[in-house]
Amino acid sequence: MNQPKVLIIIPAYNEADTIVEQLEQIRLNNKDWDLLVINDASKDQTEELARNSGLAEVVSLPFNLGIGGAVQTGFKYAVRKGYDIALQFDGDGQHPADQISGLIQLVVDGEADVVIGSRFNRKNTGIKTHFLRRTGIKIFEWFSYMLIRQRITDHTSGFRAYNRKAFTFLASNYPTDYPEPEVVILLGKNNFVMKETFTQMHERKGGVSSIPITRGPYYMIKVLLAMFMAAIRSRIIHPEEEL
Amino acid sequence: MIRTFDPNQVQYFAIAFSIILFIVILMLIRKRRIKEEYSLMWLLFSLVFILFSVWRQGLDVVSTFLGIAYPPAALFLILMMATFLIMIEFSMIISKLADKNKNLAQEIAMLHHEIEKIRQSINKTYGN
Repeated sequence: MNQPKVLIIIPAYNEADTIVEQLEQIRLNNKDWDLLVINDASKDQTEELARNSGLAEVVSLPFNLGIGGAVQTGFKYAVRKGYDIALQFDGDGQHPADQISGLIQLVVDGEADVVIGSRFNRKNTGIKTHFLRRTGIKIFEWFSYMLIRQRITDHTSGFRAYNRKAFTFLASNYPTDYPEPEVVILLGKNNFVMKETFTQMHERKGGVSSIPITRGPYYMIKVLLAMFMAAIRSRIIHPEEEL
Repeated sequence: MIRTFDPNQVQYFAIAFSIILFIVILMLIRKRRIKEEYSLMWLLFSLVFILFSVWRQGLDVVSTFLGIAYPPAALFLILMMATFLIMIEFSMIISKLADKNKNLAQEIAMLHHEIEKIRQSINKTYGN
């Protein structure tokens, strides 16, 4: 593959405070990547700021779909425009832009179909997370290993690189609501190879987590159920199709 | 003074109501207020209600079969089942609609973006 076409998908909901800085940070790292902001019907200036920056294409959803629907829009866009690699980069400033190329390189090298930027697969995680959140994350790790036998430590990471095969699959099969952990199962179930790489995270610069601590138990049950259902659902890609 | 009931009175009402229900549903379908595919459950259960209001021993037969001591309880059971099944059907329909709705929103967003691009390139080529 000579010079793969790379699309950086930045789902954004009310990220006016940080969006331009985010785009600049990414742009600083590489001039060849195309940036795509999926504005999930933000109520603030996210759309105008992103558009006027001239750094990214902006696709605006007519109403709020949530992170799943927004990211999937990016995958659909990537399929139509013939990209080779799509990288999800949540627009809240948690992910360091200088680690994007590392994730992309692993996909380019064919190490995996999906590379997840993990906050947890090393001892020193850089940021402090609430212990309930850590517990939840451990439960996800154990549960998904039970279901798909691939060890993923950071199921909620919104920092992921996908090859064409993987994002084409997700363009037509992507869960909504709190999709990240479910996507791991969906991909594992359909025999996509996932790999994690450690990424240092920043404290979030703006916005709030999509998972407030108080709604943790509800979130856990909802997501574990969704993961379980994804695991017992029949495979979407059948083994013979892969040949 | 002893009040006397016509022992069939409740049955007349039951038959009348279940037939009215059936007709109302047919009317709604006729006027396209309900789509046929969403009305099958309603039609089915209004027919079941007609059946049990006409066939007086029906509830006894059903309750004996299910081991229900008090036959009118079987009526509630049937009602509950009907409501449950119809609500489950609604959940399925809503889920399908939500999915289509999402796909439409994504499509609109991408088309809108595409139109903007085309408009810009036209302006660039021909000026305003």
